[in-house]
Amino acid sequence: MTHSAAQVSYLDDGHTLRSWLLSTDHKRIAILYIVAITFFFFVGGVAAFLIRYNLISPNGLIGSAETYNRLFSMHGILMVWFFLVPAAPVTLGNFLTPLMLGARDLAFPRLNLLSWYLFVIAGFIALYAVVGGGVDTGWTFYTPLTSFYSKGHVVAAVVAIFIAGFSSIATGLNFIISIHKLRAPGMTWYKMPVFLWSLYATSVILVLATPVLAMTLLLLAFERIFGIGVFDPAIGGDPLLFQHLFWFYSHPAVYVMILPGFGVISEIIPAFSRKELFGYKFVVWASIAIAVIGFLVWGHHMFVAGTSLYSAIVFSLLSYMVAVPSAIKVFNWIGTMHKGYIRFDAPMLYAIGFIGLFTTGGLTGLFVAALAADVHLTQTYFVVAHFHYVMVGGMVSAYFAGFHFWWPKMTGRLYPEMWGRVGAILIFVGFNLTFFPQFLLGYLGMPRRYFAYPQHFEALNLLSSASAMVLAVGYLLPLGYFAWSLLYGERASANPWGATGLEWTTPSPPPTENFAVTPTVTQPPYQYEHAETVSHE
Amino acid sequence: MSDVATHEFQFASAEHQRETAISGIWLFLASEALFFGPIFLSWIYARLADPSAFDAGARQTDLTIGIVNTALLIASSFAYGVGLASIQFGSRRRMVVWLLFACTLGLAFLGLKFGVEWRSDLEKGLFPGANFSIQGPTRNGAQLFFAFYFFSTALHGLHLIVGLGLVAWIISQARQFTPKRHTPVLIVGLYWTFIDIIWLVLFPLIYLIGRAS
Repeated sequence: MTHSAAQVSYLDDGHTLRSWLLSTDHKRIAILYIVAITFFFFVGGVAAFLIRYNLISPNGLIGSAETYNRLFSMHGILMVWFFLVPAAPVTLGNFLTPLMLGARDLAFPRLNLLSWYLFVIAGFIALYAVVGGGVDTGWTFYTPLTSFYSKGHVVAAVVAIFIAGFSSIATGLNFIISIHKLRAPGMTWYKMPVFLWSLYATSVILVLATPVLAMTLLLLAFERIFGIGVFDPAIGGDPLLFQHLFWFYSHPAVYVMILPGFGVISEIIPAFSRKELFGYKFVVWASIAIAVIGFLVWGHHMFVAGTSLYSAIVFSLLSYMVAVPSAIKVFNWIGTMHKGYIRFDAPMLYAIGFIGLFTTGGLTGLFVAALAADVHLTQTYFVVAHFHYVMVGGMVSAYFAGFHFWWPKMTGRLYPEMWGRVGAILIFVGFNLTFFPQFLLGYLGMPRRYFAYPQHFEALNLLSSASAMVLAVGYLLPLGYFAWSLLYGERASANPWGATGLEWTTPSPPPTENFAVTPTVTQPPYQYEHAETVSHE
Repeated sequence: MSDVATHEFQFASAEHQRETAISGIWLFLASEALFFGPIFLSWIYARLADPSAFDAGARQTDLTIGIVNTALLIASSFAYGVGLASIQFGSRRRMVVWLLFACTLGLAFLGLKFGVEWRSDLEKGLFPGANFSIQGPTRNGAQLFFAFYFFSTALHGLHLIVGLGLVAWIISQARQFTPKRHTPVLIVGLYWTFIDIIWLVLFPLIYLIGRAS
């Protein structure tokens, strides 16, 4: 291991506030992002808590449908744009991309820092919008409700998302160019870790879909400010056009949320099965296929919006096609575990939980992709449960898995393993008990976004709300033991998991310049049955 | 700065840094193209729904200013191109002169567009709303046309202003560029030309299509 005394850990390279806030080091920017992202996750979580609180009673406990509308809008806006979309790329992606590439930083470090400032500015504007006054449109901002009838700080919310979008574009651009241009000598495309491939697929969507949303929101703001605009049917505009443009971004954005998670899981499963990733090329091309097909399925959000039957059938068929690469991945992960020496450490527990929850979310996705079934299920809790299985059960589990896996690398400390496992199990159990009842509720016909509901839905809602508390404890727990480990955790070695990948060849925490000597890659990734993957020249 | 090629520590060489920066601007421009995409798409879509009203709106625009402005922008891209060629052939002074010329043409565009054309549009009551001057069956669709018109020209104008700022920055930094080291000149040039290309799509949408029938 190359660890000379001259190398200063990135955490010790300056202790002033300035040395953090003006740092262009990708690792420090990742830490800045972690602080910001965690903050928004918990604010969005508080809104979720209040939603579940309201739904304990059939008549609603909050007392006002208006407040309830503002709560679920706040939850949706913060969670989608200030947690789910950016979270994995800007934290894990930022920290790991140069390390996995064998590079010293991203291609454009100052752009990276700028993206953090844009994100934080956007976040505060969004907080102002959703807390100080509120927005009652839902996170989808459908016209003409949003442009003419909604009360509240719609324009501020739209501006916030617009700015956050440019933060995303900057991040995606940085990753794509870095992956193209900064790979270490010998690291061919097929020698890259799958995490980088999925980040690449994610970034393509960020760079090419986000600008469409940005313009759509600008047109929406124009319409709201001037009272006249392109989505207004009174002058020949088309509200459906808004939905098309909105979902052209927002459906691919779903893959922005989940693709980095696929990458994380593809790193963890081989490491804890002590086996090479099964079907590397299939996993890699499945990510790319998901990103490409993901651009062609937006119409399945509009089956009951009055689009033509012909287009709905085509969109339904295309939506089924996304299931193919997703299933390929699941089979490959299971194939990797098959006959492996499996260790059930916390990252692996999260990863296995991910496979179960994501598969459930994915299979129920087929129900809503089916045109006929969707007519019954759309706008019900079935849809809510489906996307929470993918987004929260899937993405958040993968995010937590990655956090536990790379925590020693980021901080140089080990977290308490036992608590990590307890947290992983709590989250899995709490999650299922919270959201599985919602499948049943939706199937029975309970509509989403309603403040009150009929008496006979009470038991399942009560179960969901009570279990949400278990889930909340599961999410708060890591906050506690991670903080504890920063102070008292055991010092981590360079490679505490015995994992392959360039990031494990440098000290934990890594020095500012990442690698003392630029590494040369000679073998494919995940050579767990064999010896060293990397040699330092 | 000297002519010794320096580079940031994540790159292997100055050439590596140059290539990376140029890839970056191309990808950014791809993103920008998709940013403008929804306007073009919505515009064409809305026109198909109500062509006669869009034609009525388009006939109120000032074709002469449109043509002059298009010529100004194309000329400014050409001027920038000559400026870029100048630094490549070693004449920093000539580069500055051509870039100043490109800026002047850009400013002339802004003056004509917003100082003259917009003012006369507003005086003619073409801003959509209660005081919109076109009456009759085409009133609604023509308002939609002018909603697109004002929105897209304002946005294009903003991009042009950013572009002017960037060219001014290149001029102020002229001393550090040499025939071998002038990546920022190329990058700003790509952006500058991109703004013109956006205009080349807007020009027919605003002035030409409605006059064709």
